[in-house]
Amino acid sequence: MELLAFISMFEGYTGEEIRAIFIMQGFSGLSMFSVFLLMALGLAIIFGQMKVINMAHGEFLTIGAYTTVFISDWAVESAPGFLPYYFPFAMLAAFGVAFLMGYLVEIGFIRFLYKRPLDTLLATWGLSMILQQIFRLTFGAREDSAVMPDWLMGSWAASDMVDIPINGMFLLGTSIFMTVLVWLLMARSRWGLRVRATVQNREMAAATGINTKRTDRMTFALGCGIAGIAGAAFTTIGSVSPSAGSLYIVDTFIVVVFGGAGSLIGTILAAFSIAQAQSILEFFLDGVLAKVFILLTVVGILMLRPQGLVVSKIRKP
Amino acid sequence: MAGAVGASAEWTNPVLDKYPTDKVNTTGLMVTDTTVTVGQLHSVTGTMAISETGSVEAERLAIKQINDMGGVLGRKIEIIQEDGASDWPTFAEKARKLLVSDKVGTVFGCWTSASRKAVLPIFEKENGMLYYPTFYEGLEASKNVIYTGQEATQQILWGLDWAHEEKGAKTFFLIGSDYIWPRTSNKIARIHIERFLKGCKVVGEEYYPLGHTQFGSLINKVKLKKPDCIYSIIVGGSNVAWYKQLNAAGITADSLAKRGQILLTISTTEDEILGIGGANVEGFYACMKYFQSLDNENNKKFVAAFKEMWGSDSVIGDVTQAAYLGPWLWKATVEKAGSFDIDAISAASGGVEFKEAPEGYVRIHDTNNHLWSKARIGKMLANGQFEVIAESPELIEPNPFPEGYK
Repeated sequence: MELLAFISMFEGYTGEEIRAIFIMQGFSGLSMFSVFLLMALGLAIIFGQMKVINMAHGEFLTIGAYTTVFISDWAVESAPGFLPYYFPFAMLAAFGVAFLMGYLVEIGFIRFLYKRPLDTLLATWGLSMILQQIFRLTFGAREDSAVMPDWLMGSWAASDMVDIPINGMFLLGTSIFMTVLVWLLMARSRWGLRVRATVQNREMAAATGINTKRTDRMTFALGCGIAGIAGAAFTTIGSVSPSAGSLYIVDTFIVVVFGGAGSLIGTILAAFSIAQAQSILEFFLDGVLAKVFILLTVVGILMLRPQGLVVSKIRKP
Repeated sequence: MAGAVGASAEWTNPVLDKYPTDKVNTTGLMVTDTTVTVGQLHSVTGTMAISETGSVEAERLAIKQINDMGGVLGRKIEIIQEDGASDWPTFAEKARKLLVSDKVGTVFGCWTSASRKAVLPIFEKENGMLYYPTFYEGLEASKNVIYTGQEATQQILWGLDWAHEEKGAKTFFLIGSDYIWPRTSNKIARIHIERFLKGCKVVGEEYYPLGHTQFGSLINKVKLKKPDCIYSIIVGGSNVAWYKQLNAAGITADSLAKRGQILLTISTTEDEILGIGGANVEGFYACMKYFQSLDNENNKKFVAAFKEMWGSDSVIGDVTQAAYLGPWLWKATVEKAGSFDIDAISAASGGVEFKEAPEGYVRIHDTNNHLWSKARIGKMLANGQFEVIAESPELIEPNPFPEGYK
C-alpha cells in the first residue's frame, strides 16, 4: 500500500521536475541537519565533557532567541537604519547573555551537583521550569519573532524550479562555522587541553596546576553560550515562546546520546543521519510517522550499541 | 489564582422585590441579594496561556460592562478565577472546586477540546453550566455546555465551497497539527470535497507533531503536488515556523496566485499573526466567523472598549470574540428564565439572542446549544489584520453531528 503510494507519487511528472524536487529535498535534509547539529553542539560539550545532564539546555536556547527578538524590537523602534545589519550583533549578544547566565547558573547551582550526576537531571529540570515561568512573566505568553533583515528572506532560485531558502543556507553556514570553531577550541587550544585533561583525570589535572573548578565553569558557560547562538539562529526559521526550548531538548539529547557522548564526530554523524532519515521519511510518509520510525530506530540501535555511534577513546579512571 | 474581584459595599439591588433570592436561587448557588459569583477557568500559565489570555480578557470586559449596566437580575457579578495551567487533570480539579466548594452560578472557561473533555463529566454530574468559546471539531452537545465558537461544519464547509466556487479550486492539500481538532476537521473537509464538490479531489493529507518546526519536506511535497488550495490547520508555535519557511521557500500569496493557487486556513487568527509577522502571511486567506476589522457598529464599540481595558496594541482573534459572547448570553438566559438555577438556564437557553454581538448577531440553537453564526473569509494584510472579502449571506445552522460526514 505504502509502496504503491511511493511510486504513484511521481506519476505524471517530468524528469526535470523530479530532479528539482530531489535537490530541494536534499537541501531540506541539510537544513534540518544544521538545526540538529547547532542544538547539539552546546550539549555535546556539557553532557559529553562534564557528564552533566542539563535539562535546562533548551532554556539557554530560548534566552538566545529572546535576546535576538529584544535587539530586533529595539532596532525597529529606535534604529531602523541598523535593521539590515543587526543580526550578526544579535547572535554575538545572544552568545554573551547565554554565556553569562550559564556562568552564574554553574556558580549558584551546578557546581554542587558534580558528585551526583543523576540529581542534576532533577535539579536542572526544576531550573528549566523556573526559567520558563520567568520568560512568561517577563515577555508574556505569546509567540514572539524577530524581524528578519531582507537579506535573510526569500529564496535563491538556482534554476526555474529549484528554490533554495536563504535562511536554510544561513543556518547551514552558521552550524559549519560553529562546529569548526568548537573543534579548534577543543582539539587545538590550551583551553581545550585543560578541559580534556580535567575530564580524563581530575586529580592529575589539578596536580599539574590546572584550575579544574574554573575549567568546569568555563566549559558549562561555553556550552550555554553556544545554545544561545543556536537560539538566535533559529529565530530565522521559527518563533520563540517561553516553552520553545522544551521543543528542542528531546531531539538534542537524542542526537548527543546517539552520536556517543563526548565525541564531536559522533554528534555530527548522528545529527546528519537522523536529519536525513527524518527528512526522507517525512517526504514519503508523513511527519508523525517519520518521528515514530526515527525514535524506534534510535532506541533499537542504542540497545545494540549503548555507547552510541562513535566512542571517544579515553582511558576510564 | 483565586480571589473575588469587584465587590462593592454600597450596591443596592433595584429589582430585589421582583426577584427575591429564595426564588431565583433554589439550589444553593453563590447568589446573594446583591451579588452573583461566577467562575473563570482558563490556563494563565503553561503552553496554552498564549491562546487563552485573550479569552480571559474578553470575559472580564463583558462582565465589567454588564456590571456597569446594573448586573444580572440586579445582582453584581463577582468572579472567582482559577488557573487550569494547561494541564487537563488540573482543569478537572479546578472545575470541581468551582462547582462543589464555591457553588458558582456559571463558569466561563476552557479552550482546547482536551480541557473541555476533562471537565465535561464534572459539569454533567455536579450540574454546572459552562460557556465554551473555542471553534472546535463538533461531535458533542451537552445540556451543561453552551458552545459560543463554531463547530466544524460552520467553519469548514462554507469555506471550502468558497474556495471551489470563487477561486476555482479543484485539488486540495490538507495539512494539520497532529491532534483531534485538525484530524476531525480534515476528515470532514475530505468528505465534503470528495462527495459534495463536483470534480474535486484531495491530493494530500499530512500531520505534523505539535511544536514541529521543520517543514522543508512538507513544502517540497506541496510544490510537487501543486494543489489549487493549500488547506492548513497548523496550530500554535508551529504556525510561525510553517509560514516563515513557506515564505523562505518562495511560496507567497503572489507566487501562488500566478498559478491560480490559494492558501486557506482555519487556524490562524490575528493572535497568531502577531507572532508570525504580517509580511510572512500577506495575501493568504482564513475562514472564521469574526475578524477584528469587521465593519459594524457593535464591533467598533467592542474593539474600542477592549483596547481601552487591555491596551491599545492588543489584538482580538476569533476565539476572543466568542469568549466575549459568553457572559452576555448567560445574562440574557438568566433574565429570560428569571432564575439562576442551572436547570432553569439550561431549559431557557434555546433561542436566546445577542443582538449586540461584535460578529453581528448570534442566537443559541433551539436544541443543540451551539450558536447560529455567519462564516467569513478574511485576506491577511501586512499589518496583521484581515480584510473581510466574503461573508455567508445567512446565519449558518450549527450541526455538531453532521449526517453523511462520518
